[in-house]
Amino acid sequence: MTTTLPAPGAALKVARRRSLKPTLVIGLVLLLVLLLAAIFPRLFTPYSPTDFDYTAILKGPTLKHPFGTDNFGRDVFSRVIHGTRIDLQIAVFTTLFPFIFGTLLGALTAFRGRWADAVVGRIADLVVVFPFLVLVIAIVAVLGPGLNNMYIAVSAVGWVSYWRLTRGEVLSQKKAEYAQAAQVLGYSPARVLLRHLLPNAVTPAIVYLMTDMSLGILLGASLGYLGLGAQPPTPEWGVMVADGKNFMVTAWWISTFPGLALTLAGVTFSLIGDGLADALRPRS
Amino acid sequence: MTLSDHPLLEVTGLTKTFPVRQSLLSRWRGQPRRAVQALTDVNLSVKRGETLGIVGESGCGKSTLARTLVRLYTADSGSVRYGGQDVLALSGAELRGYNRRVQMIFQDPYSSLNPRMTVGQVLREALGVHKMRPADQIPARVSELLSLVGLPAEAANRLPHEFSGGQRQRIGIARALALEPECLIADELVSALDVSVQAQVVNLLLELQERLNLTVLFVAHDLRLVRHLSHRVAVMYLGRVVEVASTEAAFEAPKHPYTQGLLAAAPTLDPGSRSLEPAISGELPSPLNVPSGCAFRTRCKSAFGRCATERPLLSDTGDGHMVACHLYSGAGPT
Amino acid sequence: MMVMGTTQTTMTSPSSPLLSVRDLNVRIPTPGGELHAVRGVSFDVAPGEVLGLVGESGSGKSVTLRALLGLHRAPIKMSGEVHYGGANLLSMPDRALRSVRGGQISMIFQEPMTALNPVLSVGEQITENLREHRNLKGKAAQDRAAELLDLTGIPSPRARLADYPHQFSGGMRQRAMIAIALASEPKLLLADEPTTALDVTIQDQILRLLLKLVGELHMSVILVTHDLGVVAQTCDRVAVMYGGRLMETAGVGELFARPKHAYTHGLLGSLPGSGSHSSNHRRPLTPIPGGPPDLRALPQGCTFAPRCTYATGECRFSEPPLVEVAPGHASACLHHDRLSVLEVSV
Repeated sequence: MTTTLPAPGAALKVARRRSLKPTLVIGLVLLLVLLLAAIFPRLFTPYSPTDFDYTAILKGPTLKHPFGTDNFGRDVFSRVIHGTRIDLQIAVFTTLFPFIFGTLLGALTAFRGRWADAVVGRIADLVVVFPFLVLVIAIVAVLGPGLNNMYIAVSAVGWVSYWRLTRGEVLSQKKAEYAQAAQVLGYSPARVLLRHLLPNAVTPAIVYLMTDMSLGILLGASLGYLGLGAQPPTPEWGVMVADGKNFMVTAWWISTFPGLALTLAGVTFSLIGDGLADALRPRS
Repeated sequence: MTLSDHPLLEVTGLTKTFPVRQSLLSRWRGQPRRAVQALTDVNLSVKRGETLGIVGESGCGKSTLARTLVRLYTADSGSVRYGGQDVLALSGAELRGYNRRVQMIFQDPYSSLNPRMTVGQVLREALGVHKMRPADQIPARVSELLSLVGLPAEAANRLPHEFSGGQRQRIGIARALALEPECLIADELVSALDVSVQAQVVNLLLELQERLNLTVLFVAHDLRLVRHLSHRVAVMYLGRVVEVASTEAAFEAPKHPYTQGLLAAAPTLDPGSRSLEPAISGELPSPLNVPSGCAFRTRCKSAFGRCATERPLLSDTGDGHMVACHLYSGAGPT
Repeated sequence: MMVMGTTQTTMTSPSSPLLSVRDLNVRIPTPGGELHAVRGVSFDVAPGEVLGLVGESGSGKSVTLRALLGLHRAPIKMSGEVHYGGANLLSMPDRALRSVRGGQISMIFQEPMTALNPVLSVGEQITENLREHRNLKGKAAQDRAAELLDLTGIPSPRARLADYPHQFSGGMRQRAMIAIALASEPKLLLADEPTTALDVTIQDQILRLLLKLVGELHMSVILVTHDLGVVAQTCDRVAVMYGGRLMETAGVGELFARPKHAYTHGLLGSLPGSGSHSSNHRRPLTPIPGGPPDLRALPQGCTFAPRCTYATGECRFSEPPLVEVAPGHASACLHHDRLSVLEVSV
């Protein structure tokens, strides 16, 4: 006796339609633009981001300098484009370690909890009682300003969210019968965790990763603004906003365009996060 | 099919409690730790090739028993012997070997399959981990397993969500059969399925049992189905086995007042046999607070003094018909 | 073998039915296309009658029940007529409908825990209904509420009025929900799988309670269930639904003894026969092949035809209407007289 399967067409159509959600598509297109700017900045920029030009100081947007020039005569457009690489790098390096470490730790403590779970839980409590930014600034202040030390500081604090998310998700997936089945099938704990539980539990963390990347850029920019992150003359968007703050009234373009670039990057990651949340949900 | 007299699986005095989480404050105040009595002194034996039906209402411990037997739960005390092996002491490779021989099929066709793995991946994984076939024979075996449970070979490339509930239960059965087990524990195999689909899956189980000489523990609340499938039946109430008998004896001449009431309460298909009074009155007691003595005494019409003070033990009343009730232990009510 | 009991009731409804449903349709728009969940359903409920509306998941039985009280909201579309007390409930203004809903027609649900309000005590929920529909207040309402809890078999009812739903067990919650539903002294009780979430012995208690209340309060009940055993033990008349349509209606004894629709016939035939006929023990059952229909892509003709062993070309051509094939027994099956005699052992 053989039962017939439903036509594959319907299900496939739904799957395809879902992966083509406009938010995800727009987000990916924007990301592609950002990546191009980050990898091949010279394709877009006529000027060096750091060369001074005392003949063209504080010029407003013109065809020659679409975003104007700053107080050293540097082309703001070129600096914004070159800043893409630094800021995307910040987005990745402030989130990648927290994501990997937090997710794995969350999966492990949820899976083989008991005392490890309790200990990590207390440490996480310790970390979150301090306001995020204050703690990061304190760590950077101890280690010294600079991008690398900023990455260390953010990583020391940022893993907690991923740990929480993944832990909760693994705890609930553990109760699903497929996880019990994997155990009864005699699979090793590593296989049950990595092959069965984690792929079904990691989605919220990935979605959060996207939001976190835009937060990471903002954080990097904030620290750059405070002089604790990237150091001048590095064309980092936060540093550029800080550089232009004294000229806000007379030369609004120095701060505004890097600020808009920050917003664009933030929107890009948010859109991708939204789209991924939908695309990664298992169909049922 | 042969039913040997030698038990394949023997459960003795199996006890399992689930402690209830307590606040630090109540622990500090010295309040006693509360625990759900899931299994209390469970004794059972299953012969090779037989189908043992396990019935009871929610909280009776039938699912806990199934999960404890496959070592998803750790028992508090008691012993489980499988073909002479002490199951509760197994670990590592020995435990995996036991799990290979004793497989479980789960109730919920929607959560029992990993939503991100195709049917082929599910089966290949089971075959590969236990090295059931050399790598080059695995694809052929996957098709073979699928046809065994009545699914076409193309099913291997599909994800679980593309299948109906009945088909997913077939996939769950195929996954268990991949390990070529001797014993299947089926926990509410068809209760999540539509009535018109249940018979298909029941037939599959019957056919496979015949063909592969499987021993089956059929855990279910559907008495009609248990009666149809089982050679013997164990009735559970609040974590205890109250009666074990051949299917015929259990359904035609039940001895325990609970079994009698349960059978009378189950709705039959005969509109003429309608009663106006409920078969058993009263509520199911909380498993956190099981009555002293006989757990059923609070709802039992025949309860007498001894029932409150002494827990009746499961004992043979002849012909292997086991009952845990003081009415049958010599000194009845006076 | 079929034993005819005393519960065999009149099959044709008396001259004036309490509720009369004509050509009810419910359409639910979904992303994958419109779901025509209820298709041209017509039936009557007589005063004092327990009508079973039976079907599998997706058959449209619950959607039908909710449509009777106009509980579906846009974008779900309802059409047809539901006559009650000389008016059509589906075309009634909202205000007037509200006084019928929960007043003369009450409803109980499968999950009492979600159907009861968790932040109001059971007593408050009963007195609320008493004030709304019976105009009872204060002490009189309290007394009546305690009476109602007592009527539904809740011990020490006066003390339990102050309890909240979470303090009740599953069976007691269902009793409390019935007490709330009865507060308005309804003429008709709609029960949506009221015992599906309960254990067998508790289900038995609740069904017996319902039957007792039907006798004492002279109400009618429409009982939606998927369990044929529950139907046999509770209902006077049965309406079988499949794929959004009524397939068969008959008195309960008649339906189980002589089903006149291939679907009902197949369903009864697929159940494990129990009884003393041990010759059937562990024999293969007779399943209905295939699975339930996809309501978004219904086949032409009879919805059951693709799974039916009796189906002929005619069945696939057009959908057979529900017609009376014996006194008080209607069927939408072209082959109602060809069905083999069922050996339903009970």
